[in-house]
Amino acid sequence: MTMNIDEEPLTPEVMLAFYRRLYPFKSIFSWLNQGHTPTKLFTQREFAFTLQGDVYLRYQSFNTADELKKQVCTMNPTRFEIGPQYTLRPRDKKLARPGTFQPVERELVFDIDMTDYDPIRTCCSDAAICSRCWAFIAVAVKVLDNSIRENFGYKHLLWVYSGRRGIHLWISDKEAMQLTDDQRRSLVGWMSVIQGSKDQHKKVNVRPASRPLPPTLSSMLGTLAEAFSQIILDDQDLFRSAEGWKELLHLLPKDFVDDLGDHWKGKDRSSEDKWKDVKKFVKTNGPQGSAKRRMYESALEDIILQYTYPRLDAEVSKHRNHLLKAPFCVHPKTGRVCVPVDPETIDDFDPGNVPTVGQLLRELHEAEDPEVGEHHSDWMKTSLKPYVDMLDKHATEIIVEVVRKKKEEGDKTW
Amino acid sequence: MQSARDRKIATKKFLSVIPRDAEYPFRLNFYDIPPLYHVTIEEFETCALERLRVLAEIESSFARNRPWEDMKKFVTEQCKKHYPLDSSTAKFVDIRTQRKRDHIGHYVLRLAFCRSEDLRRRFVKAETTLFKIRFDMDDSSERQDFLDSLHGPTNKANDKQSGNEMDDGNKRGQNKIEETGWEEITKDEFDEFEEELRAAYESTLSPRDPPLREPWRMKHYKVKWMRVPDLVEKRRVFLHKGKAYVPETELSSIIFQQFQDNLEKSLLLTLKHLPRLDEDTRIIPLLNNLSQGFLAGVPSEWCSATSSANGDEITADMIDGMAKQHFPMCMRHLHESLRKDKHLKHFGRLQYGLFLKVLGLSIEEALAFWRRSFSLIQDDKFNKEYKYNIRHTFGLEGKRANYPAKSCQQILTADQPGPQDSHGCPYRHFSIDNLQTGLLSMYSNQGLSSAHLPEIVSIVKAGHYHVACTRVFEITHAAQGVKKNDGVGEGESVTHPNQYAARSLELEKMMKKEEEDVSMG
Repeated sequence: MTMNIDEEPLTPEVMLAFYRRLYPFKSIFSWLNQGHTPTKLFTQREFAFTLQGDVYLRYQSFNTADELKKQVCTMNPTRFEIGPQYTLRPRDKKLARPGTFQPVERELVFDIDMTDYDPIRTCCSDAAICSRCWAFIAVAVKVLDNSIRENFGYKHLLWVYSGRRGIHLWISDKEAMQLTDDQRRSLVGWMSVIQGSKDQHKKVNVRPASRPLPPTLSSMLGTLAEAFSQIILDDQDLFRSAEGWKELLHLLPKDFVDDLGDHWKGKDRSSEDKWKDVKKFVKTNGPQGSAKRRMYESALEDIILQYTYPRLDAEVSKHRNHLLKAPFCVHPKTGRVCVPVDPETIDDFDPGNVPTVGQLLRELHEAEDPEVGEHHSDWMKTSLKPYVDMLDKHATEIIVEVVRKKKEEGDKTW
Repeated sequence: MQSARDRKIATKKFLSVIPRDAEYPFRLNFYDIPPLYHVTIEEFETCALERLRVLAEIESSFARNRPWEDMKKFVTEQCKKHYPLDSSTAKFVDIRTQRKRDHIGHYVLRLAFCRSEDLRRRFVKAETTLFKIRFDMDDSSERQDFLDSLHGPTNKANDKQSGNEMDDGNKRGQNKIEETGWEEITKDEFDEFEEELRAAYESTLSPRDPPLREPWRMKHYKVKWMRVPDLVEKRRVFLHKGKAYVPETELSSIIFQQFQDNLEKSLLLTLKHLPRLDEDTRIIPLLNNLSQGFLAGVPSEWCSATSSANGDEITADMIDGMAKQHFPMCMRHLHESLRKDKHLKHFGRLQYGLFLKVLGLSIEEALAFWRRSFSLIQDDKFNKEYKYNIRHTFGLEGKRANYPAKSCQQILTADQPGPQDSHGCPYRHFSIDNLQTGLLSMYSNQGLSSAHLPEIVSIVKAGHYHVACTRVFEITHAAQGVKKNDGVGEGESVTHPNQYAARSLELEKMMKKEEEDVSMG
């Protein structure tokens, strides 16, 4: 199943109806503002609009959720993006003394995009995505979610489907919001395992040869090995093609190459069988406990990492002023709404089931009560509801924490 | 700076905190406290100049990609000559004067270098490196005393800090100590995470290190992870719930980071107070001179030039031919990828575009070149998505900065290429197989044969990428009389792609001239 064909074209009228009746501005406001009365986190926040005809409008800012809604409905952008809180209102940027307009706080964000997986998926390429390749994203989400929570101790994570072939993560913990660009770079460095250009075969270099994996990676190895066997060996059957297994041989120590290369040449063996061959080779040629065995085993671990570890678009996370598409925007190509995703049930998430804007408007039309006419929060009547509820719950958790912190600090000064 | 009265009060406060004889107890200094005594204008200038010389040596070491040990040697020599700073055990030298000069020099340069972001960044880098070098060379007992003084249970550091805090108040100063502090982990914590700590430590050892002794035990310190970003970035510590568990062998990392953070903050604070100095006609010109000296102190010839050295106009059509003859491998690879894919990703466009700009391609020619190269892209899309970017590199859009072309160091270390990228340094970012094939296909018609490969590969494996590039230059320019170890003129090695190309063009010109001379004569 590919999902490139959309039933209805996204006309400006459709988008306007979506913004006026369905887009949850209030929820977005509470989430960004981390409180109910407007703070600098919202009023000095940059919004950037992409208008019809691909005109790009940066440094917009608003005092309230209503103001944002009004402007969105006037401009009717195809999508809009969220940036950082600046030292002053972005719309007053031109009034600022040179050098004083600087980003202050911003959610720590991550972007995982299916295109980075092109070398290791056989089912689709480029913009296309199917439920089979979604499995890659699911593994990435599990690994990243776990690492952020366990290693860095952050709690307020919001995962958002990007509308087509990727997923975004927004982290709203105070400490994460305040990270400088350098600190973000370090954190991304910790997270990045797959490195190197397309001309480099081995893209995992996380340790000196035959040393153990760093503890965070080894603790994830179980999950990744499972994903490796399910996705790479079974579902994608990546090593069946000559191109696939030759790439695999590049990653193995020299001793393997002659033996297995001859064995596989010209034969149609499944990936699973080939991986068994590799494992057998390790057992027969590297005696238990020997240095050779250790080297082979590290090579195998590195292969599992290279084929399953999350591939991050690192640039997105490194700079506070990087703009990222707002949740609940409509993807202009697919018409799907960028809805929040629960990492707990990520395996069951099917991008094909995400509501499209056309579908939502139809639902709205069916639920319409001619007596009442149009009013706000119409999303309650559509299949958008569970997703908005998810964002509201998330925002409430953040706000509760902010209030608790404030109280604690208040206690200290008194 | 301050009025005489203020200064007196501040001095008094300072003296009450620290007894006079303990003014400089250690060779190392965190520069928490400014010199609160009279400084003659001559001292003011000479101390700063001497220190500047040392910092310039550090900068040029970076520019030349000197390994850490070499850099330490050069800088230490430079220090000994102009700016000695001996350990407390040294005899027959006036330690107090040395340390005072160190102290004054640092603070004067703060004034000179707080004024622009670029200067601040470079100053912080050079100062932090100087501190690291001295920390490295310090004898271990003295180093330990210094560490204790920073962290010791006596809260001495705390007192110093609050004594020094300016108008922003003491409260923040104390909070800072709370946040930045590190603590030794308890036995229980060690037992709980023993396996992880061990694995984290082992994964940082080199293959040659002996196996750990059993039972393994090592002091660990717990800090917020932001205190040790370099360790986190390289995954050299165990992280749990936002705390980094730093083994004692890496403790210095915390100190360096703290030094750097403090300095960055102080520079911003100094900047805020600088306007008060404006009326001082003795000092301002001096500071201006100092900051300019720093700018000129490092070779920057390849950073600013926008047109080719010989003033020849280069047009879009010439690039194909030039690439084959004169470009270093990184640029040839980008050129060939561009021809093959009819496209380059962002960092590829940036690296190649800036290189071409400095080579002497004008904006009109650059637009023509990119337009033709992206032949699969519609005019409409090109104008919308790429034109701005190209104009931006020429400083015609956005903040209108005249961006320099990327140096080898930047190419090697910044913006690592991802799975789809073709930028970067081939010697570093290619696998050995691809590198060899690439070298042969690109340079075999210029005299590089497979016999040269083992040598190049072994240089690459040792991590001396620029040396490998220099060697390729030597081989491919043998016809112009370049011999081994000549480098790109006078034994210099390649530090900038434009330097490579310019030297290659220069050689060609010289050859042509000689030929003309011969035919005419």
